[in-house]
Amino acid sequence: MSTVRSPAAAGAGASVGTTAGAGIASTPYRWTAPLLPWAAPLVLLAVWQVASDLAWLPQRLLPAPSSVIATAWAMAASGELWRHLGISFGRAAAGFVIGGSLGLFFGLLTGLSRRGELTFDTLLQMLRTVPSLAVTPLILIWFGIDETSKIVLVAFATFFPVYMNTYHGIRSVDPQLIEMSRHYGLRGWPLVRHIILPGAVSSILVGVRYSLGVAWVVLIVAESIAAEAGIGYMAANAREFLNTNVIVLSIVLYALLGKATDALARRLEGRWLRWHENYQKRAQA
Amino acid sequence: MTTASVVHPARFAQPEPAAQDAPAAAPAGMALRIASLRKSFGGQEVLRGIDLDIEAGQFVSIVGRSGCGKSTLLRLVAGLEPASGGSISAGVRGEGGAAVRLMFQEPRLVPWKSVLDNVGLGLKGDWRVRAGVALQEVGLADHAAKWPSQLSGGQRQRVALARALIHQPSLLLLDEPLGALDALTRLEMQQLIENLWLRHRFTVLLVTHDVEEAVALGDRVLLIDAGRVTLDLALDMPRTRQRGLPAFVHAEETVLARVLNRAPPGQAA
Repeated sequence: MSTVRSPAAAGAGASVGTTAGAGIASTPYRWTAPLLPWAAPLVLLAVWQVASDLAWLPQRLLPAPSSVIATAWAMAASGELWRHLGISFGRAAAGFVIGGSLGLFFGLLTGLSRRGELTFDTLLQMLRTVPSLAVTPLILIWFGIDETSKIVLVAFATFFPVYMNTYHGIRSVDPQLIEMSRHYGLRGWPLVRHIILPGAVSSILVGVRYSLGVAWVVLIVAESIAAEAGIGYMAANAREFLNTNVIVLSIVLYALLGKATDALARRLEGRWLRWHENYQKRAQA
Repeated sequence: MTTASVVHPARFAQPEPAAQDAPAAAPAGMALRIASLRKSFGGQEVLRGIDLDIEAGQFVSIVGRSGCGKSTLLRLVAGLEPASGGSISAGVRGEGGAAVRLMFQEPRLVPWKSVLDNVGLGLKGDWRVRAGVALQEVGLADHAAKWPSQLSGGQRQRVALARALIHQPSLLLLDEPLGALDALTRLEMQQLIENLWLRHRFTVLLVTHDVEEAVALGDRVLLIDAGRVTLDLALDMPRTRQRGLPAFVHAEETVLARVLNRAPPGQAA
């Protein structure tokens, strides 16, 4: 490795020198490391602002970041932003909890029991291929435009990723490990709790991460079709009035919400997969 | 196909020996009688009638080429698979039940459990102290809190050994547990297994493809060829056995000659 270091950075690097050189992408640790992921978005933002200031971007098509921030500030101050955010967040959370729990339950059922698999798997695999956006109109007709329809839709969309990955995760637990555990006296629920579930966790978490992403997508769509509040409604409403500031603000909010839910899922991974080699390296770094 | 009347020793197993027993109060080894034992997998006969009498506390090495059925024999004795015919019966000597424990070719440690939790797998109640003692016996007392992924190959097999020992087995089945280890680690592990056996006096069935290992450790070396026992050699040499001594070399040559279907060393010239 031949990186040029300033004296200050060299001091910081030396304190954790033992971890350097491990893993695929290894660079000496710097205090800047936690900020690095944000560098690219910030540069993009700066370029955007400059382009707007120089009038390369017409304000009517794409407003400057400063004017979006001003709008965000005003809406936050009036409480409107928080109301929409809160409502959307509540819908996403409720839908995900219901859909995710059901997905986990059916995944366990079909993964652990042959009979459960025969009973439910064909049906669920058929439903899985139906795009959740295709059932949106039907759900809106059935459940109206109030809270229920959004929650049902999010639950429907989040069910399948969790279901598929739970089922697959359970089926791919090392059979040698299961044989060994049986030999050492583990049977029934203890076997599930100590061996099968932990063995499936990394796969289940993939499903959870995917579900969280999908939850926002279907929610925003549902809210822009039929709702009286929520970020999707806020964006749809702004579109009616060609209010580009609010449209861009909504887009930025989607990005931030997506990032936030993903970070949450990553923290769960770090906690539940700390035995895994990859996560041990990450924890040390 | 004959009707099987198999008595699996594993059924006698009581996975929880009295917790208060000090590890020094070792349970006696289990005697084993195997009669016309057969096993086929989909028409392919792997074991074609094995008859064996194994004394309690004996160290039996089983050698043979790949696919000769030696590992299958071990799996049948462990109760992991049903026999197609014949019987396995366990004569239990001593008190407190008889645990049969198999150590696999791979360590098969649970990656999301610490070393200590791996040793205590499947146990209830206050097993942590005993797990610590078992780890001490295999020389890994300092590694109790580590994850299996942080250990070397040899250390992982030691943990697997401790996990078997904590059950105070009266029959320990070793299915080529040292096959994947480097030569030096393997020698250390052989010594460790011999010492533990001398201390606890459980019965051992060691399956190995390494004839030297079989001769170094076994009271008796069995050769299995095409599903039958074709050589049953008693070895009465003092322990720890010196590998260069004439008696050792002779025994090794005898077994090797049979494995390779050559004339035994005496008749060669």
